[in-house]
This record gives sequence, structure tokens and C-alpha cells, in this order.
Amino acid sequence: MSELVIEAGRVEGQYWKDLWKYRELFYFLAWRDFLVRYKQTVIGIAWALVRPLLTMVVFTVVFGKIAKLPSEGAAPYSILVFAAMLPWQFFSTSLTESSNSLIANPNLISKIYFPRLIVPASSVITSFADFLISFILLIVMMASYQFWPDWRIITLPLFVALAFGAAVGSGLWLCALNVEYRDFRYIVPFIVQFGIYISPVGFSSSRIPEKWRLLYSLNPMVGVIEGFRWALLRGESRLHWPSLVASVILTVLLCLSGTWYFRRVERTFADVI
Amino acid sequence: MSEWVIKIEELGKRYRLRHEAEGHRYVALRDVLTERLKRLVRSGPARPSAEDFWALRDVSFEVQQGEVVGIIGRNGAGKSTLLKILSRITEPSAGRIRLRGRVSSLLEVGTGFHPELTGRENIFLNGTILGMTKKEIDGKFDAIVAFSGVEKFIDTPVKRFSSGMQVRLAFSVAAHLEPEVLVIDEVLAVGDAAFQKKCLGKMQDVAAEGRTVLFVSHDLAAVEKLCTRAILMDGGRCRADGPTSQTIACYQSTLIQSASADLTSRNDRRGEGFVRFTKIQMLGESGREQSLFLSGQPLRIRLHYRAGSNGLLANSRISVTVNGWGKVYFLASTELHSHESLTLPPEGFIDCVIDELPLSRGNYYLSPFFELNGVIQDWVDSAGTLQVEDGNFYGTGKDYPIGWEGKTVLVKHRWESANEAAVSQPELKSV
Repeated sequence: MSELVIEAGRVEGQYWKDLWKYRELFYFLAWRDFLVRYKQTVIGIAWALVRPLLTMVVFTVVFGKIAKLPSEGAAPYSILVFAAMLPWQFFSTSLTESSNSLIANPNLISKIYFPRLIVPASSVITSFADFLISFILLIVMMASYQFWPDWRIITLPLFVALAFGAAVGSGLWLCALNVEYRDFRYIVPFIVQFGIYISPVGFSSSRIPEKWRLLYSLNPMVGVIEGFRWALLRGESRLHWPSLVASVILTVLLCLSGTWYFRRVERTFADVI
Repeated sequence: MSEWVIKIEELGKRYRLRHEAEGHRYVALRDVLTERLKRLVRSGPARPSAEDFWALRDVSFEVQQGEVVGIIGRNGAGKSTLLKILSRITEPSAGRIRLRGRVSSLLEVGTGFHPELTGRENIFLNGTILGMTKKEIDGKFDAIVAFSGVEKFIDTPVKRFSSGMQVRLAFSVAAHLEPEVLVIDEVLAVGDAAFQKKCLGKMQDVAAEGRTVLFVSHDLAAVEKLCTRAILMDGGRCRADGPTSQTIACYQSTLIQSASADLTSRNDRRGEGFVRFTKIQMLGESGREQSLFLSGQPLRIRLHYRAGSNGLLANSRISVTVNGWGKVYFLASTELHSHESLTLPPEGFIDCVIDELPLSRGNYYLSPFFELNGVIQDWVDSAGTLQVEDGNFYGTGKDYPIGWEGKTVLVKHRWESANEAAVSQPELKSV
């Protein structure tokens, strides 16, 4: 018979086994959040479309029409913006949702055991469902502009994975910090609001002077957004390899350190929540 | 010969009590930063800001395959902490637990239930949270629904369910877990009588199949019925461990010893503070302290107080409320009792005498209140705990009917009818 030992600081190996054992919970929690979100709001699914659409319109008008920033080659400005809006929206909702996920479910933490990592991770999955819905809108826009992507679109899943990594990594950090320090939740909306302007959402990152580009790509979303544009805009927007590599390394580090920190704080969650 | 499934060795759990965090439930980053900064400026040794509190200390016992063990003890005795460690919700600070076989714990029924989702959706969600796979749930789905008895509403959002229905559905999911070791906390305290019976039956089945059950409860009758062995927890330690009847007897004798509560160290009080309650005592018929009362017995609540000066306390008003969680059952006040205003010596006690305790079985909290010239002096929430068991309140020898269980005020009354043969037995009224 298998024997389990519960002892201070001796759960590590078991944890990853449990994570695998509870793998279905990722899906069920994400599914619950998704169902609940759309059952409660009157306009339902439309919400996932309206938000990015309106932001896109505003950005196109402000940056493209008023500031008259140039697009990338032949790509329409609104598609340039929307190609960036998609991963950004995914990242920012993931961040907001996952950082609140544990606090919003105190009973899950204090009344039952399962690897807590599942909670913030599944809220990233929920946001991914939103992402897929908004993706339909991009297809509609491309159809109306008669602007279709070329072979490069097959690389898109790689950049989606990068966005996933960035979202999970920073989500884990914020989620754990949020449980430990309750005033952290005031910081998250600030990060999200600030992030949309320092990330190249409303403009092309080729606007950034060459010597600052590497520094600029310390923001993990820069690599993701550039990748999305490259894959979707027929390569009209060139890939800046050094910054992409920097983003990938940074995302990996973010995920590893996020998991490490989350695991470290996790054992006290039930005591402080 | 010993085929243990749970082996607990010198288990301990330490909590850190923060002094500065009093009144704040949560740590804020802001406070942590300012504290660091202050220390940096002062550059002195950090003042001791935390105190250790052992919620569990040196707990050791073994549970054999197929045993049904009850864990009893008053609130704060460490029962829940023990269960939380057993369920791996929190880590121990010392010692260890060795477990053989799949352990399922049920500290709450319906964890993760969402009101917006339908019964069907919630079964799947709750099942996976409890550690079942989708395949297992698919296989047991019909049995779960049948056991809960809510077939007709299975596709209705559970927010439209009555609370009883929700509990039934939730328990049904949990009852189909089929673990080798089952750890249960108080879940039987909910639901109606018929369903409780069903739950107890289900637990007996689990035990009869040779599986091991660990059962925490305040309901001594249920423990007595289900368990062959019981462990009494007190102050984070095992006080007694043996046959159920023996442990229960031991528990009841400890209850009688401590019915008063010292209030001088309570900080969570409201009011001016010129007059303070210092102690609350619950006295029985003989004038001796008692902590378990029966419905219908006399109860004398003695409130000790002290004022900050030596003058008489003119125009005083004292009251005490009897409440459960978030619900006041009744109020006794000096104002209701007399027209004249009350003048009291600066130090002493005042008794509130209730000739026949009109409360049904349960734990109640007493909150005394002191007002002087219209200004609140002291108000201590839940200063004392009153434990009540069913007694002969109506003089009929009948207990409060099972299934109506729950804390309630009993009211003396009678029924009259024009019909000669009408019964004049008192009946019940619930609030």
C-alpha cells in the first residue's frame, strides 16, 4: 500500500504527482469561471468582443489618425493595433483574474487540499477562452480589409505559448503576493493600465530607437506582440531577433521564479487566507 | 498485529500571533514596508512583534484499519487544526503523520459549489475538487443524483435550491468518494433529520466495509452511535483516548470545571471604558459554577465589573444578549425589568436570573453591555459561552423533536379548544 508522509517541509515530490493527478481540475475550474462569467453578464459572450474592439478603435483614432503614426508597410493601422490588442488583452485579463483567483476562493484554500497552483493557472485558461473569441473578430476585420496573413501564421501558436508563459509567470507572482500582502491588489490594475502604454499596443515597436530596443524588450509582452504582428501581418513588421530572444529568456525566468515563489508561499496560504 | 493506516507522531502546529496586526486581519505591504523603515531608522533590535501559539502540541496516536474514531473537544481545542493537517491543507510545524491509502477529507460539504451553475455542473466541479476523475463521476453520476433526491432539479442553477437541497446534493457527491480513509468534520450538523439519518447510515456502511473513518463532531450522540473509540482534545493536546463512552464521560467532567471567563484581558471591546466587566460566570441552581445547562433549568448569569473611581454608579443600565452566530435570540436588560434607574457600587457583581432557561440544545454566546448616563461603557462580544442540552422544559419529558434541531428559543404556551377532549399539552414555537 502506498504510504504518504506529512511532515514539515516534505511535500515537494508529492506535489508534482498531485498536480498530475488533479489535472482535470485545471479544466473544470476554468470551465466554471467561464460559465459563470457569461451567465452573469447580460451581453454575455459579446463582452469578450466589445472590450478589445472599442480599445482598438480608440487606439487607431488616437495613434493612427491624430498622432499620424505610420503603420507597418501595407497593413491597415486598425489591424496593426488589433494584432497587438489580442495578446495584450489576454495577458492583462489573465493577470487580473489570476492575481485575484485565490482571494476570491478562500474556501477552496481553507477547506480542501489540491495543488493550489491550479487556481491561478486555470484563470489563465479562462482568459484564453476569451482570447479565442476575440480572435474571431480579427478574422472578420481581415476579411473586411481583404488583408490575409501568409505562411507565417503557422508560427502563431509559438507566440501564443510565449504569451501563456508570460501570463502564468507573472500571474503566479501576483497571486502569491496578493495573498501575502492584501494591498497588492491595488497595484495590479495599475500595472495593467500602465502596461498597455509601455507595451507596443497602439504603435509599432519599430518606433523605438534601435539602441533602446533590447532594454525595451525587458517587458515580456514586447516579444509577444512583435511576434503576433510578424505572424499575422505577412512579415510587414520585421522581427527583431535580439529582443525576441530576450523576451523568451525573460518569460522562462518569470515562470520558474513565479513557480518557486508561489510554492514557497503556498504552504502558508491556508493559515493566512 | 497492528495494521495502522494513520500514524501520528508528536504532531505540532505553531501559529504566530502578531501584536501589531491586532484588529487587522491581513498583512498589508504598506505596513511591512513602514515597519522595516522604522527599524532602519531606529537601528535598534527589532521589538518582539510576534508570539508563538501552539494550536497542536505533541499529539500522537495510531488508527487501525477499519476503526471509526471520534474526535471531540471544545472549540479551539485543536480538532480542526488536526484535521487540516491530516487533509494536507496546512503543514505541521513539528512531528509527522504517516498515512496508508487514499485519504478523503470532508471539512465542508459543497466546497467550490457555485450558485450560478446547475446541479449537474456542480456535481462535476465539486467531484473533481474532491479528487475524483471525470470518468469516476460519470460512472457514479446517477447514484449521486438518486442519493441526493433532487433529480427533478438537476438542471436548475443551485441558487434556486433550498439550503437543505444544496447540502443534500453536496453530501451525496462526497458520500460517493469511496476512499480508504475518510476524514469528516461536523458535516452532519446540517440537513434535515431524514437526511442526517441517511448520512449516518452511509457512514456506517463505509465503516462496515472495513474502511477507516475519523469523525470530528460536537454531536456527542452521533459520536457515541458511530464510533468505537474516541479521542478528547483539549488545549492542543490529546487529553483522553479510549472507548467512546469513557472519553465522553471524561469530556463532560472537564466541561463542568470551567464555566466562567476572565474578561480583563479582552481587547476587542467597545465603549468608554470607565466601567469594565471583569468576569462572567454561569451559575446553576446550587449557586455553583456550571457550564452545561439543560433547557428549563435555572440559570444565573453573574457579571462582575469594576469602575475607574470610587463613586456610586448612578443611572446605570446593564443588559446581556444571548446570541448564536450573527443572530440575537433574546435580550435581558435592567431597563426592561424596572422603572427606576439603577445605582450600583463602584465594584461588584450583578446577577441576571433566568428561572427556566428557554433555549434548546446548542451553544450560545453571552454579550454583556454596560451603559452609564446614556454612554456605553463596556460591551464585550461573546464574553461567555453557554452550552445547553435538551432538558424537560415543557414538563412533558419530551425532547425538542429531532429534525427541528438547531438553536431556538422555547416559549411556554398552551393550546385551547372549544372541544372538551382537546389536548392541553404545550407545543413548540421556533423563532
